[in-house]
Amino acid sequence: MAWTKHDYDSIPGTYVFDGKHAHGAYLLNKMLYSFCEQDNRDEFARDPAAYCDKYGVAGQYKDLVLKKDFLGMLRSGANIYYMAKMAVPNGVSVQDAGAAFQGVTTKEFQDKLLAKSDGLVEKLKARGGYWVG
Amino acid sequence: MAKIIGGVTSSHIPAVGNAIDKGLQQEPYWKRFFDGYKPAAAWLEEHKPDVVIVVYNDHGLNFFLDKVPTFALGCADTYYHTDEGWALNPLAPFPGDAQFSWHMAEKLVAQEFDICTCQEMKVDHGFVNPLRALFGTHEKWPFKSIPLAVNTVQHPLPTAARCLKLGRALRKAIESYPEDMKVVILGTGGMSHQLQGERAGIIDVDFDLECMERIASDPEWMTQFTNGELIARAGSEGIETIMWLVMRGALQDNVKIIHKHYHAPISNTGAGVMVLENTFI
Repeated sequence: MAWTKHDYDSIPGTYVFDGKHAHGAYLLNKMLYSFCEQDNRDEFARDPAAYCDKYGVAGQYKDLVLKKDFLGMLRSGANIYYMAKMAVPNGVSVQDAGAAFQGVTTKEFQDKLLAKSDGLVEKLKARGGYWVG
Repeated sequence: MAKIIGGVTSSHIPAVGNAIDKGLQQEPYWKRFFDGYKPAAAWLEEHKPDVVIVVYNDHGLNFFLDKVPTFALGCADTYYHTDEGWALNPLAPFPGDAQFSWHMAEKLVAQEFDICTCQEMKVDHGFVNPLRALFGTHEKWPFKSIPLAVNTVQHPLPTAARCLKLGRALRKAIESYPEDMKVVILGTGGMSHQLQGERAGIIDVDFDLECMERIASDPEWMTQFTNGELIARAGSEGIETIMWLVMRGALQDNVKIIHKHYHAPISNTGAGVMVLENTFI
């Protein structure tokens, strides 16, 4: 019994959400999915530990949720889109999370992204055919 | 007969919906991104499609991980936008066209695309944000829309090649519908971005531009890549760009490029807009 290997397994800093993750963290993702509803978000906010228990989220998964350790959750199989349903209502944007994954500040993370626009219009003009305003 | 007048692409970044809600389109961060939608919006306004088929991925609103269809087609008369966890105000319901959907379902299955048919389908930002960016926000949407969901969330995902073939089958399905109406295919998602892990924040502008140009003129080029290779290049969430190939496959081999717009970054993402027109009209 073994999980099938993939060409994407060796991409650094990347946890491709496949059967291995989905299977192991099924209950965790089920709990995260429940946050589509405001009542559930409120219930979780009142008593996170009890809410984990209700969904059978236990052991390391529960610890990671209670610590809001998003990188740990991700590595354990939380799906990024499902995790956003816990993070965003708690005031953690995807950019805050991205910064936390890398151990940098959100500002540093955003500045690195903004650098992608350097020379962009010139590049589009050189390639031709793009709208340039 | 139903006629595909063209295809449009758009990223479907959640922040775009927030920016529209807050009226930030002319703020410095957003201006270039939104201004680049205007020629696409003008083309849609001029041609007024009766039906827009929106190819997108559900991010955990309609589908949970207990059942993940690779391809799922909305077969309802109404689709509802509901809270996906961020307490945003739901938009007005989107009118569908169940008879047309069921026709497409029959013709797709006859061509060995065994899609999942959905008589209820909640639509998330992946569906609504491109429509809002292209058509504005309406209390009564001035077109019918049909969601075609592609699994880009839980691997195994369909390949780029499979998405292109689905588009080609979709073309036959649409063009065999007897009612006179104009159809636009909207391919959403992408372009390069990665939200998760220590590698979060990658954007590959050169690869995005190559993808845009090739999808317009030589979509087979995309099919050389495995999904692992696309993730390595464009990011774990950048894989969404394969959905543009569904749109492209539904068009003629040679299309007229009406508009091409690229901006980066928006949130964590390289954002692309294209309008490709079928020239027979």
